[in-house]
Amino acid sequence: MFDTILIANRGEIACRVARTAKAMGLTTVAVYSDADAGAAHVAACDRAVHIGGAAPSESYLKGDRIIEAALETGAQAIHPGYGFLSENPGFVDAVEAAGLTFIGPSAKAIRAMGLKDAAKALMHDAGVPVVPGYHGANQDPEHLSGAADTIGYPVLIKAVAGGGGKGMRLVERPEEFADALESAQSEARTAFGNPDVLIEKYITSPRHIEVQVFGDGTHAVHLFERDCSLQRRHQKVIEEAPAPGMTAEMRAAMGQAAVRAAEAIGYKGAGTVEFIVDGSDGLRPDGFWFMEMNTRLQVEHPVTELITGVDLVEWQLRVAAGEGLPLQQEELTINGHAFEARLYAEDVPKGFLPATGTLSHLAFGEGARADSGVRAGDTISPHYDPMIAKLVTHGPTRAIALKRLDRALRETQVAGTVTNLGFLGALCRHEGFARGEVDTGLIGRDLDALVAEAGPTPAVVAQAALAALGLMCAPVPGLGFRLWGADARRIMLESGEEEIALKVRLTGANHALIETESGPVQAERREGTWWIAGARAMDWVRNGDVVTVFAGAGQRFRVIDPLERAASAGAGADVIEAPMPGLVKALYAEAGQTVAAGDRLAVLEAMKMEHALLAPRDGVVAEVLSQAGDQVEAGAPLIRLEDAEEEAA
Amino acid sequence: MKLQSQAIASSEAFKANVHGHLEALEVIREAAELAAAGGGEKARARHESRGKMLPRERVANLLDPGSPFLEVGATAAHGMYDGAAPAAGMICGIGLVMGRQVMVVCNDATVKGGTYYPMTVKKHLRAQEIAEQNHLPCIYLVDSGGANLPQQDEVFPDRDHFGRIFFNQANMSAKGIPQIAVVMGSCTAGGAYVPAMSDVSIIVKEQGTIFLAGPPLVKAATGEVVSAEDLGGGDVHTRLSGVADYLAEDDAHALALARRAVGSLGGTGAVGSLGGTGAVGSLGGAGGVSLDVSGGWEEPAYDPDEILGVVPADLRTPYDIREVIARVVDGSYFDEFKARFGETLVCGFAKVQGMDVGIVANNGVLFSESAVKGAHFVELCSQRKIPLVFLQNITGFMVGRKYENEGIARHGAKMVTAVACTNVPKITMLVGGSFGAGNYGMAGRAYSPRFLWSWPNSRISVMGGAQAAGVLATVKRDAIERAGGSWSEDEEAEFKRPTVEMFEEQSHPLYASARLWDDGVLDPRKTRDVLALSLRAALNAPIEDTRFGVFRM
Repeated sequence: MFDTILIANRGEIACRVARTAKAMGLTTVAVYSDADAGAAHVAACDRAVHIGGAAPSESYLKGDRIIEAALETGAQAIHPGYGFLSENPGFVDAVEAAGLTFIGPSAKAIRAMGLKDAAKALMHDAGVPVVPGYHGANQDPEHLSGAADTIGYPVLIKAVAGGGGKGMRLVERPEEFADALESAQSEARTAFGNPDVLIEKYITSPRHIEVQVFGDGTHAVHLFERDCSLQRRHQKVIEEAPAPGMTAEMRAAMGQAAVRAAEAIGYKGAGTVEFIVDGSDGLRPDGFWFMEMNTRLQVEHPVTELITGVDLVEWQLRVAAGEGLPLQQEELTINGHAFEARLYAEDVPKGFLPATGTLSHLAFGEGARADSGVRAGDTISPHYDPMIAKLVTHGPTRAIALKRLDRALRETQVAGTVTNLGFLGALCRHEGFARGEVDTGLIGRDLDALVAEAGPTPAVVAQAALAALGLMCAPVPGLGFRLWGADARRIMLESGEEEIALKVRLTGANHALIETESGPVQAERREGTWWIAGARAMDWVRNGDVVTVFAGAGQRFRVIDPLERAASAGAGADVIEAPMPGLVKALYAEAGQTVAAGDRLAVLEAMKMEHALLAPRDGVVAEVLSQAGDQVEAGAPLIRLEDAEEEAA
Repeated sequence: MKLQSQAIASSEAFKANVHGHLEALEVIREAAELAAAGGGEKARARHESRGKMLPRERVANLLDPGSPFLEVGATAAHGMYDGAAPAAGMICGIGLVMGRQVMVVCNDATVKGGTYYPMTVKKHLRAQEIAEQNHLPCIYLVDSGGANLPQQDEVFPDRDHFGRIFFNQANMSAKGIPQIAVVMGSCTAGGAYVPAMSDVSIIVKEQGTIFLAGPPLVKAATGEVVSAEDLGGGDVHTRLSGVADYLAEDDAHALALARRAVGSLGGTGAVGSLGGTGAVGSLGGAGGVSLDVSGGWEEPAYDPDEILGVVPADLRTPYDIREVIARVVDGSYFDEFKARFGETLVCGFAKVQGMDVGIVANNGVLFSESAVKGAHFVELCSQRKIPLVFLQNITGFMVGRKYENEGIARHGAKMVTAVACTNVPKITMLVGGSFGAGNYGMAGRAYSPRFLWSWPNSRISVMGGAQAAGVLATVKRDAIERAGGSWSEDEEAEFKRPTVEMFEEQSHPLYASARLWDDGVLDPRKTRDVLALSLRAALNAPIEDTRFGVFRM
């Protein structure tokens, strides 16, 4: 066994690997970029080496620098995690050339699976079922279009070198093919430097079921399947193991196919064989096809760990160190059911836009394994994947594991950024999903309902108002004191795009009446605890001007400072006046012209100086009120602006 | 030592007392509610429809969230001017802005356009007096049409009339007590000087106006036709005239600007300020109110709410004032001074929310010994610069030959001299009767206590109504009988009745408070809170050395 390993990754997977390595008594070495100097994975390791700038290309993708770091620190092996260099055969070669061990498959195995068309051909030869498709080298559009016709619509265009949904297009009808091809190729060229695509049959009620395999270079075992059908735009959202509706027969068939696939390429270490499964009529042993093999540890590996009791990272380290497979196939069994939900900093209502922010508060629900690479106080930066954590639950049955996931999500508290917590919670409560009726189209079909954010309840708004006013904190002497009557004030909050005007009437330190737009809410503090509309107040945090109330997926409110209005005021000036007496030297505006704030509209010469007069705001020039050469008095109107909409109207 | 209460909360007497006090309180509460409603529903709705905040909302939004607000003159002008001027058309009081105690003076434009009745002037001046004595920055939320013209003779010409407001502003500014005006409505004629005389002034766009003469008067005088906004609106005053310094978009913005202005006061007027709040934006601290509680203290061992039960509802029933002290001071600890001498005046040291006080409390009629003891104690506190708290429940000095002959007037004079001359802050609570010369010795209004608060059961008059009627009846009977006439008991009773009734009406705390003989009537259960807030305000100003007048020995 190694003494020291270097983890060539960051975030949750680096923390995850470090945890097992430490538990096995190994010394761990982290690498980090400029942006990650204080990151959780650095703290999780015994040593840390700075490897470059924030951009992955300047740090986590710099194989030579990482190998150098391993040599410097005396590490004997490098764990690549997932992403970054994990499936880069060149890196594997370089690691081995440096006399180090790559914890993962051989470069040859990675290469064999790296190009999808070649991989499929290889699998076909090994007796693994593959989806009908065209995986040839001829990339002529006419030829590809013909291949699509042969396969039959709908078809999927996929980048040969692709992954993660990039360079992938679904084409429903022949007449859409040309456009889809062009955009897929262009995306593939940008993302992977290789515009080549393959064409596949598109399965209409597809499920994504993958099999975890583990090889020692010769033999392989499988650790059963995972169902990753809950996807949004080919990004996995919730994964589970085992797959709902899986039969022993089907499992055996898929497992054997996966093992065949692994053994065909002499696979060593943890890998995943992804299958597309036709779920339109139950699971049938003839209804699954090889898609691709991921030659690394998967993001969703924890669900397999929870149902098998195997620590996959431990297996990776042991096999990389030369041990044989720790367990044989017949020794592996399934215990219960597990789910994993991927918690991201993303703005769900804005189309799942990745979000950033500093996590002023972070707490995970009990009863779940939370694999996280960030802590409270850490920043989700734009440089990397905005994942906050993977929440993994286990239960004796699928129903119980799902309930536990739902509860863990409800109890998870994140402040400082927006998250997809609400969306994950809605998925947990999706009736079809609860029944195990999953397919990769589920999220897309029900997206509107799943992302419909229940607005904050009046009680939550009321609590946010109290928190914004500092009244949720322990009372100080004199709080809310009045000789007679009550302290009645106004406050404005912003929730999403909406401004909420509230009146808060505080009677003494312990009673408040909050008038919300949907009615009054009573709040009372008893024994130091606020009760709002009869229920105990939710947990909350305030960070700067943002109050987060942890109701449901967490409701964020921004406290509107009346002083903000000053900034907006004045920006609406309509008339540009001469600031002092002078000569209009030049006019650059004409009526009807659209101008942007800061555009130079005129020059006034006065007191031996030339003064540029700039557009105070975006708009349209309504009128030019003077001409070049005019001598004007201070305050003389020179140009009048109007709003673009007025012009249109 | 820790005071031991003798009260039994389950006793009939206790319950009857509570009942009596609650009845008396209800009268005050109704009056306060009436006052707080300002000019009534219609006027308020009209005010709000113009996009303005109601005056009490303005005050609340100016203050730190949850800030205590020690209102002064809450029921001023109650029952006066046929009820036309609730709260005298003005809200005054002490609250926290950015963690600092300030005096807020806010016109209520829903009351006759915020015009100044005589009591409005008196209230405004009283608020300024409090600010000046206690070094509190003043924030004027102006929305007033100026003097109430039908009352001009009672508002304009005298020393303590309208002009005194600006005299005070100038002199407070000279003393480094900041003056900030927020013009949220009209500011006409003399009123124009409120912002003009301020150190900093803020005006609300298209809402606040400042001019010496409004458009109608200008037209009458010179024929010039001009809109209020062009004559003296926010744009004019912040851009052209320089009469105002900041232009606000609306009330909320203006109040936020005022808060920021207080945050920029630096050291001025900040003597003993209450410390920062770690304010977020202009809204206030994350923790809301921030009174300096670093010292920590014990709450009274007895619940202040029990005051209603331990104090007899009927003024004529004697009780031990220590029952009240036990429910007001920290930990109910009271270091009683000279407990065995002049027992009808209880004197001693205690703390209220950690602040040292010397308490002078009546426990019966004043005798010579009590008066001398009181003078002694006031001297002690003056020497030590400990603020004095007077718990006033006094029917007067003892009368009769024995007492006159032993020189009770001479001894009483010592106490009055001591109370008059001391430079330590005095805070007076009328917790019962305030009759005759007892009022003088116990720091009545004429003795300029920093604050004077009344309980609903208190009564104030030169003597009791029955006594006054008795004196008048005796004089009358003597005259009738000297003339050989006779006067029946019934006739005498009939003669006495109006005097008794007049005294009854005029001695009521609402009558007193309406005329600002005090700073307000309070719920006795809030005595400790009010004392603490009053003391904190008082301690903003440094305590000067005292030089006493000649004591008649």
